[in-house]
Amino acid sequence: MTKETFHHALKIDKELCIGCANCMKVCPTEAIRVREGKANLEANRCIDCGECYRSCPVNAIIIEQDDFTNIHNFQYRIALVPSVFFGQFPEDIQTEEIHSSLKQQGFTHVYEVENSTEIIWHKQQEELQNQENTKPLISAFCPAIVRLIQVKFPSLIPNLLPIKPPLDVSALYFKKKLTDQDIPSDQIGVFYITPCAAKIAAIKSPVGEDQSAIDGVINMDFLYNKVFTFIKQHNNDRCAIPDQQYLSSQNILWSLTNGEKDHNGKRSLAIDGINNVMTILERVENEEMSNIDFLELRSCDESCAGGVLTNGNRFLTVERMRHRAENASGQDNKDILTFKDYLLDNITIGPVEPRSMMKLDNDLSKALRKMRQVQMTMERLPRVDCTVCGAPSCHALAEDIVQGKASINDCIFIQKRKEQKELMNKEDSLEIMKSIWGKPKLDKNL
Amino acid sequence: MNIQFDIEGGNFSSAGLASSEVKRLLKQLNIDIKTIKRLVVAMYEAEVNIVAHAYQGEADVEISEDQIKVVFTDHGPGISDIDRAMQKGYSTASEQVREMGFGAGMGLSNIKSHADKLNLTSETGKGTRVEIICYLNT
Repeated sequence: MTKETFHHALKIDKELCIGCANCMKVCPTEAIRVREGKANLEANRCIDCGECYRSCPVNAIIIEQDDFTNIHNFQYRIALVPSVFFGQFPEDIQTEEIHSSLKQQGFTHVYEVENSTEIIWHKQQEELQNQENTKPLISAFCPAIVRLIQVKFPSLIPNLLPIKPPLDVSALYFKKKLTDQDIPSDQIGVFYITPCAAKIAAIKSPVGEDQSAIDGVINMDFLYNKVFTFIKQHNNDRCAIPDQQYLSSQNILWSLTNGEKDHNGKRSLAIDGINNVMTILERVENEEMSNIDFLELRSCDESCAGGVLTNGNRFLTVERMRHRAENASGQDNKDILTFKDYLLDNITIGPVEPRSMMKLDNDLSKALRKMRQVQMTMERLPRVDCTVCGAPSCHALAEDIVQGKASINDCIFIQKRKEQKELMNKEDSLEIMKSIWGKPKLDKNL
Repeated sequence: MNIQFDIEGGNFSSAGLASSEVKRLLKQLNIDIKTIKRLVVAMYEAEVNIVAHAYQGEADVEISEDQIKVVFTDHGPGISDIDRAMQKGYSTASEQVREMGFGAGMGLSNIKSHADKLNLTSETGKGTRVEIICYLNT
């Protein structure tokens, strides 16, 4: 049942990559190896969290977006904008100004993603009341977390709350709203402005859904620069009146840390940062947290305000969004409630499949044999996790060796010992280093 | 495949280390997630028992193609009335241990309900041996 390949939004540009291995060291699922001086991404392990993108010193990691001109394939061009987008602009730029500038880029409608959070909240409450659900229930808001659970914590799949995130529910809402006005659905293009890579992967290869309601994805940093430049050059003189819509303070703060948790009367936790999340999921697996009903888990520090495609400082973005929330009208978007039944009928995500990256082999006896080999290989390795072998740790190398993807001779400690015992000559060990780190790094002047 | 873990009495932050590592290994063996969960919960309870009651102990894990066997042996006070200790809610845990959220008297009965087999022997004043077995492919 487990699929073997996935669409990833993250790509490594081999021309730009300098083989520094920074990305390999920070990858939470050990999905990167260095070969011939370049980083290589193992698709089955990647969860699109974007930590590699953050760590790259030469921008060799690329987040693929759709061509912006694609929006003109549609007569009705909807920009679906998360509230963190607005939070990145300096405070002297009004929300209305940003709305109208987005329209100047070619969109016919600008809607905020968080319009649908109230509907989602209702559904969450319903699921939390259901005694048959496996507790703690884990929000499916962050797609990197859903993927992390699929690859590393498959036993927690039953804990996932099967509710679509705001961007999907909002896309359904706005599409329905327009088709109800007799606009043909093939003339409506919904474009999501994404703060991260995980959301792109979720749209291009959805989990628990056949096809996403989103027609295209635009990277937030790209559009931010476009809009900011426009505002600077036009000096506020073309400020159109935005579409009539209200966001409540709950709506505005939903994508930030505690955004879901704060509206949950039950015992719950909000955790951000992928490594913090992994620590807590370990505990959930051991059933060490029997009293917690709900977990809000976000891959990025400060949640979506810390998305890898945001331009602003995440703490300042959070502060501005809180300020906006304090001044929110208090009125909810009443219009969406008229579509409540339709949205609730379509809010559930289908079954999420495990795609364990951890298994050594499908066959138990083979897996056991490989595990013993890993154990024995570990006895020979130095356990310093120096990464000189091109793998992120000694343990990762040991597994690669057993899976036939690497050699014990890739270890520099083994090379030194073999050279000393005259089991390997110096030229051979240099060749091994070249095969991992590339020729130029080993041809430099002394 | 055999692995051995030392368990330090009185150190609650170390409780769960053995079960977490075994969990990682079982995931690598592609063992059914429900079986992993049962074994890990049973192991964690046994680890907490040693930390809460004994001075020192160890876990010996043996993974084979048809079963996983974990034997916990400890140097501790032993259990004088095994039948009573198996009852839900019975505990001899100190106030200090209870304050940390342990000692609800669910440990042994929890192990029994999660494992396929539980063998318990104990000698008062010397220590306890807890053997847990989970069968694979059942």
